[in-house]
Amino acid sequence: MSVTEVKVPAGYVPVYTKPKSLSEARFTYCPGCHHGIITRLVAEAIDELGIQERTVGIAPVGCAVFLSDFFRCDFVQAAHGRACAVATGIKRANPDLIVFSYQGDGDLAAIGTAETVHAANRGENITVIFVNNQIYGMTGGEMAPTTLPGMRTVTTPEGRDVRTTGYPLRMSEMLAQLDGPSYITRQAVFDVRHVQMAKKAIIKAFKNQIEGKGFSLVEIVAACPTNLRVSPVEGNKWVVEQALKYFPLGDLKVRD
Amino acid sequence: MKILMRGNEAMAEAAIRAGCRCYFCYPITPQGELVEYMARHLPRHGGVFLQAESEVAAINMVYGAAAAGVRTMTSSSSPGISLKMEGISYLAGARLPAVIVNVMRAGPGLGNIAPAQGDYFQATKGGGHGDYRLIVLAPSTAQEAAELVMLAFDLSDRYRVPAMVLADGMLGQMMEPVELPEPIPPEKIPEKPWALTGAKGRSPNVVSSFDLDPYRFREVLRALWQTYREIERNEVRWEEYQVEDAELLLVAYGTMGRICRTVVRKARKEGLRVGLFRPITLWPFPYEPLRKLAEKIPVLLTVELSAGQMWEDVRLAVEGRAKTPFYGELGGVVPTPDEILSEVKKHVRD
Repeated sequence: MSVTEVKVPAGYVPVYTKPKSLSEARFTYCPGCHHGIITRLVAEAIDELGIQERTVGIAPVGCAVFLSDFFRCDFVQAAHGRACAVATGIKRANPDLIVFSYQGDGDLAAIGTAETVHAANRGENITVIFVNNQIYGMTGGEMAPTTLPGMRTVTTPEGRDVRTTGYPLRMSEMLAQLDGPSYITRQAVFDVRHVQMAKKAIIKAFKNQIEGKGFSLVEIVAACPTNLRVSPVEGNKWVVEQALKYFPLGDLKVRD
Repeated sequence: MKILMRGNEAMAEAAIRAGCRCYFCYPITPQGELVEYMARHLPRHGGVFLQAESEVAAINMVYGAAAAGVRTMTSSSSPGISLKMEGISYLAGARLPAVIVNVMRAGPGLGNIAPAQGDYFQATKGGGHGDYRLIVLAPSTAQEAAELVMLAFDLSDRYRVPAMVLADGMLGQMMEPVELPEPIPPEKIPEKPWALTGAKGRSPNVVSSFDLDPYRFREVLRALWQTYREIERNEVRWEEYQVEDAELLLVAYGTMGRICRTVVRKARKEGLRVGLFRPITLWPFPYEPLRKLAEKIPVLLTVELSAGQMWEDVRLAVEGRAKTPFYGELGGVVPTPDEILSEVKKHVRD
């Protein structure tokens, strides 16, 4: 790959810069992947709330495993699915820290279902960013708990058959039934308006923690164009036309 | 002042005195009293007691609290320890200090709640995945259980290696007088500059066992194994009892080691020259001292509440220098001193 140096013209004032909470490291996400947008939004939220110096992030197993390289704050890498338990340990040990986990659908809604449900039910004062792209990205496109009916993956080559593999798990709806959580919302980042809404939700989820309101989770319905085997633009279209049918956007629980 | 306590309670109180401020658990017999004691007492010391949804969650809470730089512990019994193995491997890989108490019961599977020593392999040879070791301490009395819990916290912090206290149902349940160790003042607990406390005025700290580059990861593991070698040099602990003139050496740890002390006394009364070698650190195992004894004692009889697990380490230590017979009981059966004595008589000259 060749890199072309771009000369910055004199008098140029950048209007879109890297958030302070992000390092110089390049993201490892694929082109068109929504992780890039979401990771950035988290960094912007941390910047805007001025909490970089007391934030501890929890990196999952999966495409976001490199998060500690991207962020300029303390980080811990958790075992697959265990981020909410690790977050509990950190937050209970030091309640002054702002603790967030960043997890995919396989991590949060399959192998880590119990940890997630019980952290939510205890109302742990943590912030959870839940990226639902309906697939296992890092391992090569296997069926996720959120894979849509009929959707082809490498482990459902004929499409997900709900008679044998069950239905997409609506984790946020499940969690919203509990008394513990303070804020459960589902957002998306397929266009500018939704990116801005998602950012507002992420800020609120962090603010809740600062104010001691308890468990906040922002689910973001995302596209994985690589494993969908579509272009980034078609990935966005997939979210709007397919995924949102099963995962409607909006707040599922707000306790103020 | 001595206090009458169960082994489980002595270990809990010792953990509090060692400065443990985060304890995460899931109920299982025969370590219930440890959980109950922590629930009653830890919050009074400003600590966090949390009953988790599973053993898996509990050990990952330990992982989080350890990463935050706090002295932390979990306890369980055999089936629960199996569930914790994933988290223990991550603790070892991420160089996090933590203490795990295993009050062993009989297995495999659900087995039963009677005392056993069938988790020796799991504790000392891995259990979780990957190239790692645990410091494994095996008490034989409630008093020693309290002392070894304190030591486990110290060693774990000093080397950044998780430590396991390997007890059993007998030790956990039995009540006996305990002289509790003095509490460790908070300022004596080592600083943890690597801990996740917020990147204020310093570059970010990262706690992780992850590295995609095999060459870089190899260096991480080489450093880890250098630490293990250092522990092997510095921390081997064992007890010898009546070994000077022994013609037969009993080798046993934990509850079995304690029963074998009685066997030695009984044998001596009958004029049999029997001694006892009791490993206190199961890892690092006392290979060298045992090898030296094997040069002059012709028979080393290993006795365990298992089908013969530590026995493999005994044979590795002895390397053919002496006879190494084995006597063990299975399924939670605890042999009486007389049963062991009749086994001794099969191997010792009259």
